Amino acid sequence: MENHPMRMELTVTDLVPFGSEGERKFFALTLTRPQWTSWRAGQFIMLRPASWNSEITWARPFSICRVTNQSLVLFFQVVGRGTELMAGLKPKDKVIVWGPLGTHFAMEDKPTLILAGGIGIAPFAGYVEQHSKPSNLSMIFSHRLPSQYYPAESFIRHIDVETHFEHTKEDLEKTLKAIREKMETTAKNNGLVLACGPMPFLKTIWKNALELNVPTQLSLEQRMACGIGACLGCVSMTSDLYPDRQKAGLPVQTCTKGPVFWAHELNLDA
Amino acid sequence: MMNTHVSLKAADGSTLELKNPVMSASGTFGYGTEFMPYGDIGKLGAIIVKGLSLKPRPGNPLPRVAETPCGMLNAVGLQNDGVEAFITEKLPHLPTHDVPVIANIYAASAEEFGELANVLAHEEKLAALEVNISCPNVKAGGVLFGQDPLMAQSIVQTVKKNSGNKPVIVKLSPNVTNIAEMAKAIEAAGADMISCINTITGMAVDIRSRKPLLANIVGGLSGPAIKPVALRCVWQVAQAVQIPVIGIGGIRSAKDVLEFMLVGASAVQVGTASFTDPTTIFKIIGDLPVLCEELGIKNLEQYRNTLITG
Repeated sequence: MENHPMRMELTVTDLVPFGSEGERKFFALTLTRPQWTSWRAGQFIMLRPASWNSEITWARPFSICRVTNQSLVLFFQVVGRGTELMAGLKPKDKVIVWGPLGTHFAMEDKPTLILAGGIGIAPFAGYVEQHSKPSNLSMIFSHRLPSQYYPAESFIRHIDVETHFEHTKEDLEKTLKAIREKMETTAKNNGLVLACGPMPFLKTIWKNALELNVPTQLSLEQRMACGIGACLGCVSMTSDLYPDRQKAGLPVQTCTKGPVFWAHELNLDA
Repeated sequence: MMNTHVSLKAADGSTLELKNPVMSASGTFGYGTEFMPYGDIGKLGAIIVKGLSLKPRPGNPLPRVAETPCGMLNAVGLQNDGVEAFITEKLPHLPTHDVPVIANIYAASAEEFGELANVLAHEEKLAALEVNISCPNVKAGGVLFGQDPLMAQSIVQTVKKNSGNKPVIVKLSPNVTNIAEMAKAIEAAGADMISCINTITGMAVDIRSRKPLLANIVGGLSGPAIKPVALRCVWQVAQAVQIPVIGIGGIRSAKDVLEFMLVGASAVQVGTASFTDPTTIFKIIGDLPVLCEELGIKNLEQYRNTLITG
């Protein structure tokens, strides 16, 4: 293991909403910096505001977006009761955090195509910052809400980004076509593909990856209770190519064996 | 600081010595190693590992967990790597010198239970076996065994016959009409101890998608929501049998531990609270002697089963 997860209490320093009043809400949450010795983009944390009582049973998983000298930054979208309550966090509020957890995105000296769907943009902020050669990176960012809803401005200007606003069915087809074409080019250039987003989006990329035989990593999201491999609630199905032969074709914990998996080691049709 | 040591005297004359009465509940603490970054697992009263079966089991389809108010539903379906993988890959990494490790076992027939007990009987590093006849999430056996006293007795007898000198704990389901009668039947069959309760069968649905929140439709409810039911069951069972009773159900604090001991539990297991925060069990163990001193409790075994009822 490269880094050891730890559980600690952090303090909220800022919570910034993005976009205008909408049905869905997006936030950048800034916390005091954890005492981690290292972390890698693609890893995640479990977070639970200290004010939550036992009425709420679980913490919530979030991709690590960025870690600066002073802070840990997370992007989140209000999708349910937990994130709704988190939208009410205020500076000085305490949160319980455990992490960094799980696997991370590969960082190689080759053309790297980043595919981000919606809030799936979160782990790539840190990825771009940690990368030694940002000139190798390009990105397709596909989103359903206007781009100002996504707190991506800070890093997007450093790399070549093609944004796709998915409003209609035609938009979606256009996005999928662009993803396919870029993946084809990446395959030709012996590059690497990294993806994070909703499951239908990842499934399309997974199929492309297998057809084009291009090295591709997918960051999966599943309903998660513990984040540390104990509850077996968040499993993903592996393919016959999974390197741990005993687990090939069987469910493995997304929290500890993932969330970042090589596409060919997964069976998303299962 | 007071000593929180407890001795669980098994029916077969042996004792399970615990440095404190707080164990991890099966299925909520992985194989123990998962929690090493969050505390010293050697400080637990005992570690009960994820349920083992003779052969690996893939478990149920997703989604298999759902959060509910003050609790959660699960229908994991006893996914595990099988007993061989546990013995060769997991058990050697556990601090078995510092803490008793207890294997929780599941099988689809009495014969298979016997075979599994036989494999584990030879493992010196194991302190006891916990027999799961109360899982609501498997098609064969599981809670069906725990709802039929004759079936349950035959399983207990078979396991006891095959488990060598290991004490046998039988984990009971609350999904029965009369848990005290079941406990008596289990005791008569030769069980050394009883643990209760396993999860309560439950269900959650989404009114928009009109779908159940679990692919298995129904699952087992755990967490603080079931604590009153668990307390009632432990109290009834402790009145009905002589063998030690281990209380389980929604325990999340040292206060909860004492509540279970007050109604007759000799020890307890912490389950879902380990998901809420992976340090919960370590905190409970640290808090327990402090709370005892505050209440003037000098000996946990003397405090046990002293409920004043009128």
